[in-house]
Amino acid sequence: MSGSVLYDVPGPRAVARNRIIGAVTILVVLIFIGWVVWRFYETGQFSPEKWELFTYSSIWMLFLEATLNTLAAFAVAAVGAIILGFVLALGRMSDHAWLRVPVGWIVEVLRAIPVLIFMMLLYYGLPVIGIKMSPYWAVVIALIAYNGSVLAEVIRAGVESLPRGQSEAGYAIGLRKSGVMRLILLPQAVRAMLPVIISQLVVTLKDTALGFIITFHELLYLVKLLGSQALYNSPLIPSAIIGGSIYVALCLVLSYVAYLVEKRTRRSPKVQGVAAPGAPVGTDTELIVAQRGIADESDYRTGGGA
Amino acid sequence: MGVITDNLDLWGEALLGTLVLFFGGGLIALVLGFVVGAMRVSPVPIARSVGAVYVNWIRNTPLTLVMFFFAFCLPIMLQQRVSAIALATVALGIYTATYVAETIRSGVNTVPVGQAEAARALGLTFGQVMSLVVLPQATRSVIPPMMSVFIALLKNTTVAAGFSVVNLGSVRSNLSEVGENQLVVLLWVMVIFVVLVLLLAWLQRVLERKWRIAR
Repeated sequence: MSGSVLYDVPGPRAVARNRIIGAVTILVVLIFIGWVVWRFYETGQFSPEKWELFTYSSIWMLFLEATLNTLAAFAVAAVGAIILGFVLALGRMSDHAWLRVPVGWIVEVLRAIPVLIFMMLLYYGLPVIGIKMSPYWAVVIALIAYNGSVLAEVIRAGVESLPRGQSEAGYAIGLRKSGVMRLILLPQAVRAMLPVIISQLVVTLKDTALGFIITFHELLYLVKLLGSQALYNSPLIPSAIIGGSIYVALCLVLSYVAYLVEKRTRRSPKVQGVAAPGAPVGTDTELIVAQRGIADESDYRTGGGA
Repeated sequence: MGVITDNLDLWGEALLGTLVLFFGGGLIALVLGFVVGAMRVSPVPIARSVGAVYVNWIRNTPLTLVMFFFAFCLPIMLQQRVSAIALATVALGIYTATYVAETIRSGVNTVPVGQAEAARALGLTFGQVMSLVVLPQATRSVIPPMMSVFIALLKNTTVAAGFSVVNLGSVRSNLSEVGENQLVVLLWVMVIFVVLVLLLAWLQRVLERKWRIAR
């Protein structure tokens, strides 16, 4: 790692010291893993009785069903959020103040409300005025509203990071506003921002787990249900390990897709316009975040939801 | 307004719970995130990969799941009762620490290598290079995204409501037992969050303007 500002290529003494630090790190990690395994063993998590429940294929069908519920909520929320994101982004970049200002406020407020509170409002609050909805729709609508507003900011940041010459050239050849946006700005912005958009979809997938709190029948709900089966020795930890692994695996796969797309985007010559040549930052996304005052845009990197 | 003034003690308790989660979780996240962030930019390959695994795995785990493990599984493993708010605070801290670590890492990486090389060429020692050249620049680019991390943390404190911690997210269930209008209660909770988040966003903008880097 000679590319870091923090240190040079290590000499013999530094190499020896780094080895010692490395060994200590491994030791600490091993102690932690050992402690977890020891506690699992002490509390009988490895006993066959705790895992008996998972020898039934019907239990695995329940896991499949719960995973499908999670994915169904995610799929609809993702598509909805992308559509809403484009609509809000276009509204926010409008030339008309009567449209731009209110849409700006909507985006700000939607981003400021915790997703869980929004879900609760839809599921527990709205029945007061006679609107009832299933937990599924409460989860989906809340996720669309929140992630749509975050994606709107992402798309806007992507469009605004393009050189002015792009839209000017578009107008010069006689395109209208809609043509400039649709044919010139958005394709480039989406291409540059695709990794961020997919990362935000990972956040959407993660946030479906909030549905557990408003009794949406997804993976965590099933884990809790199975964990309380006293007849089968309440296998909470085994079922949490299985359910958790499924969740983490789903998110890791989606994150890996984002990583691949990011790598591809970085290699592609077509997005060079966005990144200043010779920039010290790793990716277009990080660069844009670093350049464009983070006040508005950086929320998308931190997710916000759970 | 009646919803708030009639149940002032409950709202106070809830706000206190949220603030404890926010500041407690934030403190844990800062300390742990700083350590992990340092590991991720360290010259020790093993420390770098351990940091990377921690960040990538926890970031791809829903916060609800992290809290689920802490709230339900950890007491079983320890075979004793632990206060719910302590568990939720640690869970928030461990989850948020990954974002803090990433922010620190990308902040350090925004400083061009030439800066440190130029400083060394002037004959500055390692300590001087760090304190006079690298860290001032890194800090400036870290502060605004760090504030975003804390805004997200503030919103995430509501997740603790699902794990029997009294906070602004759980006010609804407490007040619905008293027979208050849930819709009104939740709208007030929303208003409080929007105000708190806008406050933090304003602070972020002020800090950013103050420490803008001219490059």
